[in-house]
Amino acid sequence: MNEPWGPHDIGGQMAGPIDQSEHENAYWEWQIDAMVRLALAKGLISDFAELRDGIEQLSPDDYDQLSYYERWAKSLAYTLVAKGVFTEQQIGDKVSEIRRRQEAEGLL
Amino acid sequence: MSQGRFEAGQRVRIDDRTPPVHHRVPSYVKGQIGLVERVCGLHPEPEKCIRGDGKPFQRIYRVRIPQTDLWQPYEGTDGDNLEIEIFEHWLEPAE
Amino acid sequence: MTDHQGHDHSRTFQPDHPEPISDAARVGLALRELLFENDHYTADEEQAVIAKMQGASPENGGKIVARAWTDPDYKRRLLEDGAESIKELGFELEPYEFTVMENTDTAHNVIVCTLCSCYPRALLGMSPAWYKSGSYRSRVVREPRAVLSEFGVNLSDDVDVRVHDSTAELRYMVLPQRPAGTDDWSEEDLAAIVTRDSLIGTQRELAVR
Repeated sequence: MNEPWGPHDIGGQMAGPIDQSEHENAYWEWQIDAMVRLALAKGLISDFAELRDGIEQLSPDDYDQLSYYERWAKSLAYTLVAKGVFTEQQIGDKVSEIRRRQEAEGLL
Repeated sequence: MSQGRFEAGQRVRIDDRTPPVHHRVPSYVKGQIGLVERVCGLHPEPEKCIRGDGKPFQRIYRVRIPQTDLWQPYEGTDGDNLEIEIFEHWLEPAE
Repeated sequence: MTDHQGHDHSRTFQPDHPEPISDAARVGLALRELLFENDHYTADEEQAVIAKMQGASPENGGKIVARAWTDPDYKRRLLEDGAESIKELGFELEPYEFTVMENTDTAHNVIVCTLCSCYPRALLGMSPAWYKSGSYRSRVVREPRAVLSEFGVNLSDDVDVRVHDSTAELRYMVLPQRPAGTDDWSEEDLAAIVTRDSLIGTQRELAVR
């Protein structure tokens, strides 16, 4: 078989039994989904292919361990930084702010 | 209006290149030969959709490949197929 | 971890984290807040998009199936040009090419997107978690009959399997076979027995109440 090109290129690989349990999106997951669709609608990303590309750029560990919408979040961050919409600093600062908020709310 | 290079029923080969950019051909079908199951529409080339290379459009074809060609051993019938849509610039005529 | 039994290469969801408390989830929320602060979109727009996504469901697919079962001419149009035909019922999936694959006595269809998880969401609602999973995406193209058995679909050798890998701009739905004993049913009653899994292909027989 040909070498897989990235962590996403998994058709035909061996894998275990399929977990058939259902998963309702948490609200924050809907918000991530909406964010990507709006980024597309507003022209911040030019095509859904940019989101897929960002996911394909994830490290194999990230690809395996992050959940579906976590991958979308990291992909969008990668793409918006690459396009100069935000800097890594801006995103990092905002992440810290959210973390402090979550600590104050007793979520962590 | 051109209907594209290939016709339904034609034998085609899927290229096995690995361009260093986002592309939508899975490794497991690269280099495989199949039949065009149907001619589809024009869509933006994935390789050119990243960071504004102009989004040129290309025709897509659904290609049918016998499962027994893809996997050895394969558990199923000789009539089991894998069908996948491939952009024109990934296909060549095959004998 | 060396034991791959049950290891789902490419996780779909984190069962232990319904709250956005992972680093990556916070990155997502951070982007969202930055996008709001910079007036790229509003909370109202976000609400509208979420409501629209939540409004889509396999019931839409059920309506399309029921129409195809009761109107042979519509079925022919649907199989020839899914994208145009669903507009007749008030649905659309542009810019994707909506493509319908018919189950028959000798053929069973099943859909996957091995590279990511493309799915006609705007028409059928959210894809199941398993559809997005590494195990499904890896295995169904290679051993579809074993995967189908895990879902309770056991096919004899009289039935061929067609696996459709949705890699580009097509989006697929399976047209399941109409069950026996439903000849005089209304479209509404027929639509009600169509399930999400039968539209993906991990269910073949539909239960008749």
